[in-house]
Amino acid sequence: MTTTFDAPPTTSRFTQLDALESEAIHVMREVAGEFERPVLLFSGGKDSIVMLHLARKAFWPAAVPFSLLHVDTGHNFPEVLAYRDATVEQHGLRLVVALVQDAIDDGRVSERPDGSRNPLQTVPLLDAITTHRFDAVFGGGRRDEEKARAKERMFSLRDEFGQWDPRRQRPELWDLYNGRHKPGEHVRVFPLSNWTELDVWRYIEREQIELPGIYYAHEREVFARDGMWLAPGGWGGPRADETLETRTVRYRTVGDMSCTGAVESTATSVADVIAEIAASRLTERGATRADDRASEAAMEDRKREGYF
Amino acid sequence: MTTTTPAPEVTPPIDETAGHANRELLRLATAGSVDDGKSTLIGRLLYDTKSVLADQLSAVERATAARGAGAGEVDLALLTDGLRAEREQGITIDVAYRYFSTARRAFVLADTPGHVQYTRNMVTGASTAQLAIVLVDARKGVLEQTRRHATVAALLGVPHVLLAVNKMDLVDFDEATFRAIADDFARYATGLGLEDVLAVPLSALTGDNVVERSSRTPWYDGPTLLEHLETVPVSDARADDALRLPVQVVIRPRTPEHPDYRGYAGRIASGTVRVGDAVSVLPSGKTSVVTGIDTFDGPLEVAEAGRSVTVRLADELDISRGDVLVPTGAPTTLGQDLVGTVCWLSERRSVLGARLLVRIGTRTVRALLREVDARLDVDTQTVELLTGVDTLHTVDATDTSSDAAPSSLGLNAIGRVRVRLAEPVLLDRYAEHRGTGAFLLVDPTDGTTLAAGMAGATLLDRLAPEPGGPDDADWLAGAGI
Repeated sequence: MTTTFDAPPTTSRFTQLDALESEAIHVMREVAGEFERPVLLFSGGKDSIVMLHLARKAFWPAAVPFSLLHVDTGHNFPEVLAYRDATVEQHGLRLVVALVQDAIDDGRVSERPDGSRNPLQTVPLLDAITTHRFDAVFGGGRRDEEKARAKERMFSLRDEFGQWDPRRQRPELWDLYNGRHKPGEHVRVFPLSNWTELDVWRYIEREQIELPGIYYAHEREVFARDGMWLAPGGWGGPRADETLETRTVRYRTVGDMSCTGAVESTATSVADVIAEIAASRLTERGATRADDRASEAAMEDRKREGYF
Repeated sequence: MTTTTPAPEVTPPIDETAGHANRELLRLATAGSVDDGKSTLIGRLLYDTKSVLADQLSAVERATAARGAGAGEVDLALLTDGLRAEREQGITIDVAYRYFSTARRAFVLADTPGHVQYTRNMVTGASTAQLAIVLVDARKGVLEQTRRHATVAALLGVPHVLLAVNKMDLVDFDEATFRAIADDFARYATGLGLEDVLAVPLSALTGDNVVERSSRTPWYDGPTLLEHLETVPVSDARADDALRLPVQVVIRPRTPEHPDYRGYAGRIASGTVRVGDAVSVLPSGKTSVVTGIDTFDGPLEVAEAGRSVTVRLADELDISRGDVLVPTGAPTTLGQDLVGTVCWLSERRSVLGARLLVRIGTRTVRALLREVDARLDVDTQTVELLTGVDTLHTVDATDTSSDAAPSSLGLNAIGRVRVRLAEPVLLDRYAEHRGTGAFLLVDPTDGTTLAAGMAGATLLDRLAPEPGGPDDADWLAGAGI
């Protein structure tokens, strides 16, 4: 049989963002087809916002067939909580909130001396997964974020303790995702695995996705600690030797206010942010997440414990 | 301590804000060992395309110093280290994904170790690749591991191979040395059925011909490595590819806005679908006409391979996850005898007669492993036919010794198998349909992925001595459509 070697006719160019979007939609549909009780981790951060946008695309014109789960450290930026609640209402979604504070009150985790609550999220997350019997948990993790994620799979099998054993992870070939598991286990799914930070922003720009305002430059009272600008809040504030000053800053990542630093910036639009990041010297986590600095293998250790 | 945002010391990335909207994505695979400079090459690609940002670089500078190198040196290879155990042992033990890009194109690189005990990782990394970078050390030429990597690329149907002849700086950028290696590999590649091979003389350490064109290879007028990556076609789709749309989920909103909407959602694995096309649903064989191709962003008149869409049909048919939409009247094969080549991915050996699950497209079917009748040695590119094997021979699945029954496949083994499926499915040859001709063998007791498979004749059959192997007679044994 003779074959022509001409490329097939295309409507429009299938770009990188198209390919990443299609892959993420494919992954979400796979989960809907193979699991009983998926849930989407939603923090109000840009990666989870993009994930929700993709979920809405994947199942249109039907509703998103899963709930949102927010592991609330209690140290959230008020703007992000407001965004979360507005989003849930706008799209008629069901939100499950797991409170770190509850775990502290129950004595299941202890407040850390430095006040940071990011490391405490693991227990309430696993409790929520067990209570609601979620068998697939969507996370916005990307492989470019941090060294330990470079080898993460799209489908990451977690045992009944939520633990991740790098030696047990399944090979992932083609687009055949194997999520079969034993009762009590669950699978973390990362549809943004192949997206970089810049890809996420370019997609936000292309799709005109609205984000919490703190991602753009604004004036805020901050103080310096450990090479980061921190904002005071319910979690705490400047010590006697730290001075509060007003700076024009934005956040590259949102998390626990007590350990998420702002960066000085004049970027007030998505295009500005993209230009800034493209020229930036620091990766997203390194710039602003104090908890990753503790040890180079910090993320890997936390994943073994069942964290995101 | 100053906490102002530091001014960038590196020059702004290449043309970062213009032209990205139209760039495509290319998936690559590399394999190699610590000795042949693969990690340095990848580090160089990340570094020269400004895809490495400063704190990663600082960490590498610290790590380089900690290993006793001179001050200010950056061991580019350390940019790609990951897990703690690896860093401590100084080796890479898994498939790692690296991301870099230029204004013209974005890349996803699946990076695997090259030792034979990581064959399964190479197979994994190559499965989605459009291009494989095979590395050779210019001082050593084509080695067993070079042939192994090329064999895996050929087996997995990677359409393009780039032979990176590295460490040219250590052979004084000698043309004759390069040509000898390129020619040696070219002869070899032809035997494997690799049609598109480009050899590039380069040095990852000095950067010659990786991203920047070298002034020390005036005799070479081919592209730099990056230029080739930026211009090779991202897809091997062809105008005559037949439609394959595996159904993932059925979309039925049952809302006031869409009370009767019924759409079949999936990502087009090959070919093109147009509104008005006559399609058949396999395995049932029922036919209908496409009345709509929907996306969140609006309806399409036509959609090609790679796009995720939701298709509406004129008739209300019983279609579910696992079914495949194909063009009505095009030749297809339905069958229950799946014959193909697998790479065994598990430490549990294969067991003849074992109950398995086969995952093929979006379908999962119960199956039995009937026969293992040939094995491919990736190091020697020879195929051993296993004839006259007692198919009732019991094998201890946990036996990892090399003298376990030859008809049992162990970790990293590549063999030809016959699997009996509990129900008929669409059987596509992997060589023609990389999307629907691939399958997994799964252990039903705990879901472990046991093996990765490619249906139909593969490189194994090309290399096998006669007789044996799937041929048209096997394929057409099932009911055709």
